[in-house]
Amino acid sequence: MATAVQSVERENYLNSNYGIKSWLLTSDHKRIAMLYLISITAMFWIGGFFAMLIRLELLTPAGDLVSSDTYNKLFTMHGIIMVFFFLIPSVPAVIGNFVIPLMIGAKDLAFPRINLLSWYIYMAGAITAIVAMVTGGVDTGWTFYTPFSTTYSNTHVIGAAIGIFIAGFSSIFTGLNFIVTIHRMRAPGMTWRRLPLFCWSNYAAALIMVLGTPVVAITLLLVALERAFNIGVFNPQLGGDPLLFQHLFWFYSHPAVYIMILPGMGVISEIIACFSRKRVFGYEFVALASIAIAVLGFLVWAHHMFVAGISVYAALVFSLLSYLVAIPSAVKVFNWTATLYKGSIRYETPMLYAFGFIGLFTVGGLTGVFLASLGIDVHVTDTYFVVAHFHYVMVGGMVMAYMAGLHFWWPKISGRMYPEAWAKLSALLVFVGFNTTFFPQFILGYMGSPRRYHAYPPEFQVLNVLSTAGASILAVGYVLPMIYFLWSLRYGELAPPNPWNAVGLEWMTPSPPPTHNFDETPIVTWEAYDYEHQPQEEVSVGH
Amino acid sequence: MHNLQDRFHPGSAQEHFDPMSHVVPIRMYVTIWAALMIFTGLTVFAATVELHVFNIVLALLIATIKGTLVALFFMHLRYSTKLTMVTVIAAIFFLFILFGLSMTDYLTRAWLTNTIH
Ligand code: HEM
Ligand SMILES: [Cu+2]
Repeated sequence: MATAVQSVERENYLNSNYGIKSWLLTSDHKRIAMLYLISITAMFWIGGFFAMLIRLELLTPAGDLVSSDTYNKLFTMHGIIMVFFFLIPSVPAVIGNFVIPLMIGAKDLAFPRINLLSWYIYMAGAITAIVAMVTGGVDTGWTFYTPFSTTYSNTHVIGAAIGIFIAGFSSIFTGLNFIVTIHRMRAPGMTWRRLPLFCWSNYAAALIMVLGTPVVAITLLLVALERAFNIGVFNPQLGGDPLLFQHLFWFYSHPAVYIMILPGMGVISEIIACFSRKRVFGYEFVALASIAIAVLGFLVWAHHMFVAGISVYAALVFSLLSYLVAIPSAVKVFNWTATLYKGSIRYETPMLYAFGFIGLFTVGGLTGVFLASLGIDVHVTDTYFVVAHFHYVMVGGMVMAYMAGLHFWWPKISGRMYPEAWAKLSALLVFVGFNTTFFPQFILGYMGSPRRYHAYPPEFQVLNVLSTAGASILAVGYVLPMIYFLWSLRYGELAPPNPWNAVGLEWMTPSPPPTHNFDETPIVTWEAYDYEHQPQEEVSVGH
Repeated sequence: MHNLQDRFHPGSAQEHFDPMSHVVPIRMYVTIWAALMIFTGLTVFAATVELHVFNIVLALLIATIKGTLVALFFMHLRYSTKLTMVTVIAAIFFLFILFGLSMTDYLTRAWLTNTIH
């Protein structure tokens, strides 16, 4: 209790000053993380609203709730919002922003003002995209395939593309900031081999953000230019090639799926180590697997184009290369499992979410390998099998990891504990709801039900009803944390500096941390995840 | 007390580097600018000569040389640290991945249809 009282009374980043201006003009990485948290949460609910309409439409085989045109817009806007405005910034811009400087013993990111700028750019992009959506919407799918996007669609393609183009720069800035921060601002003794795996995986994701995002930005700009001025890059009549769009788009967007999973993998490494009280098994391999995923991720993009009309020889090459990515992904899963072995496991909420992640990511990743094999992909491409695959990795993987991380660091972020029983219930609901929603889609896809249609043959109804029912359970699972996190801000028990007895510098400073993070720059003399050797008391006292 | 300097880890101070400290003579800028203008003229001229596929190759070649000049001199890459160089080379490397692997498609697309015919 003594520590708790101390932590409310001393100055921290939340109470150091008040007022809208002190937030909108802040350069404190922790406050900027909160700005991002609020904005992406709003986007999550907008995207979720579109998803609910999609699931409602699919409750019955007939296309009755919305017209086919509206349906096209719904899944497009759901995809654009969830991918570009929620999932890509989720773990990096919220959790990474908050904890990376704390984890490496720094007072802030390397470029605090660029960090704030990245949030404003994100908002500008998000608002542009939303304006395009409310003034008429887009119907190209989140992938903007040509020639539909350049020639035939008469919806607000340019507006949505520009919105994503703008938001891309916020992602580049965040990535740049992370790279420079991790290179230059580690506390004395925090060597690369002692760096928490969360930093390693965000570093890897940051490389992709910096190297890949410019390509998709330029590609979408070309779509906008082609639409507006018919410049002919993608139009065969003018010597262009529509498949060039897919090459350029997926050159970014396949690596981008790793932007959407690597930071989540980092969260899981932290949590698995803490709640099994062991050093992550094969730390070096897990760290290097992140870099390997980032690099190999750039070599596989055309596995999205197997049936699009690319050369079969190219398809062969890309199929083989795609199998390679599964290796570092599997290294991680095996090493987490080995970490659990003989650990003293505690089943607190973050750990429940982390377990969910491991299982669901494995299903998602393995079905990815199915899709990477040409013979299977030709059969199930553009069916619900693909939809199930990527929701297993993106929702079952990344959103789970994001929730795990929010619960894990919430005491640090807010200085309050959330109600554990409710949190466990929400983790359970999310897991059950998720599987009920998406597992039937594997079967639907395998039976040949194509994606992106608002109607389907009656024999597919049972599985679709299951899926819609699951979605409503899932929704409750997401609404609950929203409520109890807000509740905890006022009524939650005060959080001690280190509620989980975790090692890691972020737990050695008060909760919530002071504006400058540490009273004295810490000096690191121990390995990451030194759970076996560090006497627990000593670790948690800190100050 | 928390000034910008001490946010940086003191151990990396030996890498300290100030890009503004290198003074480049105006003459150099003018020379590079003149070279860029000449290359622009060359591009225009080359476009008027019929070289079939090599028209585009030549145009890209000239553009690459111009881009390199801008990066090396106007953007001071020549006077930068090794880390900056590595960063630029990494970007070019990934560009080659983009071009190279795309070519596995473009260069072989016709193969199968040719053998069938
Ligand atoms: C083991 C690694 C993985 C492999 C081998 C893999 C493979 C594939 C393949 C071959 C496709 C194309 C299927 C088709 O359209 O016919 C695909 C689609 C997709 N994958 Fe994965 N995947 C992997 C991991 C991931 C991860 C980690 C994510 C995201 C976090 C992800 C997200 C997606 C998305 C979004 C699509 C669908 C894109 C669309 O057409 O809308 N994948 N995957
Ligand atoms: Cu992919």
